[in-house]
Amino acid sequence: MAAPPGEPRRVAYLYLLPAFAVYAVFLLYPIGRAVQISLYDWDGLSLGTWAGLDNYVAVVADEGLRAAFAHALVLIVFYAAGPLVIGLALAAILNHAKVRGLGFFRTVVFLPQVIAMVVVAVAWRRVYAPDGSLNSLLGALGLDSLTRGWLGDYTFALPAVGVVGTWFETGLVTVLLLAGMSRIPASLYEAARLDGAGAVREFFAVTLPSVRAEIAVALTLTVIAALRTFDLVYVTTRGGPGDSTSVPSYEVYHRAFGLGQVGSAAAIGVTLTVVIFVLSFGINRFADRRLT
Amino acid sequence: MISRGERVANYVILSVFAAFALYPIVVILAAALGPADSSGTAGLANFAAAWEIGRFGSYLRTSLAVSVFVVVVSVVLSIMSGYAFGTMRFRGRSVLFYLFMLGIMMPSEAVAVPLYFDLRSLGLIDTFWSISLPQVALSVAFGTFWMRAYFLASNRAIVEAARLDGASSWRILWQVLLPAARPAVVTLTVLVFMWTWNEFLIPLIMVTSESLRTAPLGLAFFQGQYTSGFTLLAAGSVIVATPVVIFYLFLQRHFVRGLLQGAVRE
Repeated sequence: MAAPPGEPRRVAYLYLLPAFAVYAVFLLYPIGRAVQISLYDWDGLSLGTWAGLDNYVAVVADEGLRAAFAHALVLIVFYAAGPLVIGLALAAILNHAKVRGLGFFRTVVFLPQVIAMVVVAVAWRRVYAPDGSLNSLLGALGLDSLTRGWLGDYTFALPAVGVVGTWFETGLVTVLLLAGMSRIPASLYEAARLDGAGAVREFFAVTLPSVRAEIAVALTLTVIAALRTFDLVYVTTRGGPGDSTSVPSYEVYHRAFGLGQVGSAAAIGVTLTVVIFVLSFGINRFADRRLT
Repeated sequence: MISRGERVANYVILSVFAAFALYPIVVILAAALGPADSSGTAGLANFAAAWEIGRFGSYLRTSLAVSVFVVVVSVVLSIMSGYAFGTMRFRGRSVLFYLFMLGIMMPSEAVAVPLYFDLRSLGLIDTFWSISLPQVALSVAFGTFWMRAYFLASNRAIVEAARLDGASSWRILWQVLLPAARPAVVTLTVLVFMWTWNEFLIPLIMVTSESLRTAPLGLAFFQGQYTSGFTLLAAGSVIVATPVVIFYLFLQRHFVRGLLQGAVRE
């Protein structure tokens, strides 16, 4: 019997069931378990002891953990802010100037996104090595005093990891922004020119407000990527030297499987999840409010 | 009109960034093709040597099996759940949808630890399932969101006409709606394939036996063990990256367009 449109349909549950079952068993249930484990002192083997919120208190009180979250914030600058600024400039140029080879350029800048992070990390380790190509380049420019083993340097290891983030996120951000800009009607630009706006004012008055939605999407994706950095740190520095490049997701792994502090690892994972939720909602609320 | 100077400046800026984007890729390609440091090979022979010494054949096989399984299962499940959310009205619809949405933001870092310990007590650690099923769950959350957006925008008149003709909801999905959904499904397939092929943390935690190592995991171990020189490591890296890069280059126009539509529609 055909049901009229808009009528509630029980059959929907059957279509949802398989997806929901896998999702519930392998994602929803584990996150609940993560919350539970995070309330215990547990080494993964013996019986755990109730710890209450101690593991969460440690996230704030423990200097090493605080540093890990601080490093993640630094990475946001490299993963999200840097690519946004560069991407806005590149997209504005590409959108305006009828540049030849636009397709080629788009393909090339997006390429880093599709390469496995382990491969990316291996390549950049080579670039940053004491006898690597970055130092050769500096040497050739007569800047020998600047050469160093970048990933082994307490001051420069974290920015060096960050630059890799800038490298692979810039293409994504540029392509997103370019799509937004290509939808701006030419009449808006003509009106701005008639009002006597120069290239800079035109950018701030016409281009920037038109790509708010794309900026929100780009920031959401890149901020989450920054907070979730794991493979890159695992392959390049393992959190070192010292703990100068430790990040929350690396701490989760290291504590659970290296130090046997499973409760603490779970608490860091849950905290990371909450931070990601809050920032994602914040970015999108901000974009929505500005739109209306 | 754009002045000559501005045009030159544009090309310079774009070239600088293209060079920045390609630089590490060129470094690794050049190293992979260069003279080997210790194995006495050069050029394409490096790939054969890396394949042999690094056992990349086995890693690629695992990666391929995992990726095909995750892509097929999660795309089919996502089409079904997206269809329900996109075209049907039922009790608890929005609550269930928000529940799925949480999964898009959920970092695998948070669920991997409890999953490891629970799967261990079930004796499922170090199996194909312990690598694949968590990734199906992660992909299904996004896939549901993705296909729902597509089905919401699909042509209702055709669906109603088919229903009046007595077509079941199952036939409407696969024979009426899906043929037109091809671009959305292709983009989803590319994305899930890319994420699965490149995933690192889940295989790292879930697998101890070498025969179940995926390509990125194998490469990381190869890096740890094979420290005498860079040539074979570079060749191994190229082997690991190539399948996805080829996939991307073939479908990139399709894929980037689809990505943008999906990303900004909601």
